Amino acid sequence: MSNVMTETDKVRKQTRRFMIGALLVAVLAFVVIAAGGINKNLVYYWTPSDLYANGDKAYGATIRLGGMVAPGSIRNHAGVSGVEFDVKDAGRIVHVKSSGVPPQMFRENIGVVVEGTMTRGGYFECNRLMVSHNNEYRAPKGGHKMSKEELEKLMKTTEGLQD
Amino acid sequence: MNAALGRILILASLLVSTTGAILAFAAGAKKSIDGLKWARRFAFAFAACMALATLVMEYALLTHDFSVSYVAQVGSRLVPTWVTIVSLWSSLEGSILFWGFVLGIYIAGATWLTRNEHVEYMAYAIGTWLTCGTFFGFLIAGPASPFQTVAQPPADGPGPNPLLQNHLLMIIHPPMLYLGYVGMTIPFGFATAALLRGRLGLAFLKPLRNSLLLPWIFLTIAIMLGGWWAYEVLGWGGYWAWDPVENASLLPWLTATAALHSAIVMERRGVLKGWTVTLVQASFLLTILGTFMTRSGVFNSVHSFTQSSIGPTILVFLAFILVGSIVLLAKRIDSLEAEGRIDGALSRESMFLFNNLIFVLITFTVLIGTCFPLIVEAIKGKQMSVGRPYFDAMVVPAGAALIFLLGIGPALPWGRATKEQAMRSLLPPLIGAVIVAVAGFALGSRNPWTVATLAFGGYAAWVTLAEMWRPVAQRMKGGESILDATTQAQWKRGRRRFGSYVIHSGAVIVIVAIAVSSTMRTTHEVSLRKGGTATIKNYSLQFLGTEVRNEPNRVATIARFRVQKNGRDLGILEPRMNQYAMMREPIGTPAVHSSITEDLYVSIMNIDPSSDSAGILLITTPMVGWIWYAVLLMGLGGVIALIPPRRIIATVASELADGRDDTVAVNA
Repeated sequence: MSNVMTETDKVRKQTRRFMIGALLVAVLAFVVIAAGGINKNLVYYWTPSDLYANGDKAYGATIRLGGMVAPGSIRNHAGVSGVEFDVKDAGRIVHVKSSGVPPQMFRENIGVVVEGTMTRGGYFECNRLMVSHNNEYRAPKGGHKMSKEELEKLMKTTEGLQD
Repeated sequence: MNAALGRILILASLLVSTTGAILAFAAGAKKSIDGLKWARRFAFAFAACMALATLVMEYALLTHDFSVSYVAQVGSRLVPTWVTIVSLWSSLEGSILFWGFVLGIYIAGATWLTRNEHVEYMAYAIGTWLTCGTFFGFLIAGPASPFQTVAQPPADGPGPNPLLQNHLLMIIHPPMLYLGYVGMTIPFGFATAALLRGRLGLAFLKPLRNSLLLPWIFLTIAIMLGGWWAYEVLGWGGYWAWDPVENASLLPWLTATAALHSAIVMERRGVLKGWTVTLVQASFLLTILGTFMTRSGVFNSVHSFTQSSIGPTILVFLAFILVGSIVLLAKRIDSLEAEGRIDGALSRESMFLFNNLIFVLITFTVLIGTCFPLIVEAIKGKQMSVGRPYFDAMVVPAGAALIFLLGIGPALPWGRATKEQAMRSLLPPLIGAVIVAVAGFALGSRNPWTVATLAFGGYAAWVTLAEMWRPVAQRMKGGESILDATTQAQWKRGRRRFGSYVIHSGAVIVIVAIAVSSTMRTTHEVSLRKGGTATIKNYSLQFLGTEVRNEPNRVATIARFRVQKNGRDLGILEPRMNQYAMMREPIGTPAVHSSITEDLYVSIMNIDPSSDSAGILLITTPMVGWIWYAVLLMGLGGVIALIPPRRIIATVASELADGRDDTVAVNA
């Protein structure tokens, strides 16, 4: 009887040791990789003011810049599908260059989210231009300021037409 | 009237589930057969109350009874009847009621199917289910009540979210997802019962596995439908964006898939009991976490259509279940003794272990990437998200490893394999690997991960087909005709085995199609005026102009394109922008031309009928359509594996007689 017991115990211990060992190795490797991976791939949700406040950090980082399209700033280039415009919030203005075709709702005084990065050339290079898809969101009219909360919500609820 | 009736039914269900749960746990503790009988009755009563309440809601919707708060919120006299019927799950309150309905059906079904079996576990299982029932009854009665009385009913309502009306897939996707999510409650109940009882015998594995497989099938299809819907509607040409809500549906699927595999090892070798139970508990917890993510508004995502104050309630329930599960596991996991052992590293069961490890790692990866921004926001108040590259960098290698294991796992024998045995089964499939990888390379695949995935896929396909063929060949050697041999081997006897290989074939195609479609697509953006032509790859699209169409519930602005491929006419494509009355922004609906090899995707980015001009996004994606149909194949495989095999019952009975019966097991 005791023989049987020790045999099962041995089996259990072996199986367990094997599993625990394998798990530990995997979890360790995984944590290292994941931590590095997350840090490198963060997307910051910033307003133009946040962008200036973060200084040099903005160059090369992936940023979702949310704000209003400044009136009179939209420039289409003849024969090219790209568009240039300014995104502003209460305090600051960022010049944005986008290479894609802007979406249907895109116009002046609308809340937009542009995803891309700040270049040393002093403009924001945009590779995703988004206006809200969410039916609860109402674009503010006539140059009203958007509150920070509104902007933050806007940034979370948009999904881009470009990839 | 309807509102009051609904409230009474919900309160009744709450009363029934609470009483039933207490009774069931008491019956479990006392091992009282009478108590169990009563617990069963309460389970059926709970299902009946929920079903009646849902019927009352449907009746109120169909009769446009705007004195019921939910009808006032989503009903409309203007929408077609089918839209009215499906409005039940178009918004939060109705969804939760529908959830309660599905939960009732599941509980009643599981209680009925186990009526003559597993007496020692069932009281605890019913108790656990009814505890979950109590929680959802409470949600429907309180924080998310759809049955509030509207004092001054409006003459008409706004109608459901237009996104629901905009595409058929959005109608099937939510119920599929609920069937998957809610169904995880049943295996959770079985697992909890096993823990409370402190044992898990071979016979009890069957209900545990089957109750896991059924919601797994629904969840598999639901995840695919969600991706397909995103592809057909959102207009950016992809089907998966690692959005928190998408991740929420994937997480329980990953752990459930792992559990289905570890359950096989448990059945064959008598090991991994505690591990399987842990995975089942985790799957249920992740469905509740997923509900929290999608329904509480902590993530504002394109998919979270409704947000409300039920977040804290769900969080409390989640914490309760989490702590309960951990305490229970910690106390009882040792009593789920291993009866066997894993012999060698080069065996099928050790491949199962690696499979489980990878599934769990993917789960953690996705979970961390999804929750990290939440934690940062809670602590630092800064908003951010984790970008797609993180998920891709983590999941792509894991996916390649999975398809690698999917090949070599089934090729290896159970138990200890000799080197010669292993080589004999591992070498021939390399032919398949080479064929598929070379074919992919010749067709232009250069991404190393894609080529590796193709090679592993070819290997796995070879193994899967060989494993499907093997029993047929054996029978044919015995003189049976190919037809007889096939029906005997795959249907009459080896149905579960056959079903799993059908799932595997689907999985191979899905993984290969994902690899190919995500690395070999081409895109082109262009602005056109009427008469202009755009080209992408060997397609050319002539812009025939715009058209405005008034449809009953919307106004559609359509761009018409004549499409040619290599000069051959493919017909007209009509991508459109649908403007619904109560929505400020139009919803785009891209047009897709699908062929066996690839999709041509045309999405309108902006359109101006007055000048007959449009800006469009063109995408060609190879193999993307294969994903949808291969996932359906996986679902079919699941159904095949689930159909109860009559003859196997005899086999199991004889196995039980051989001493693997659970009455002889543990509890020492």
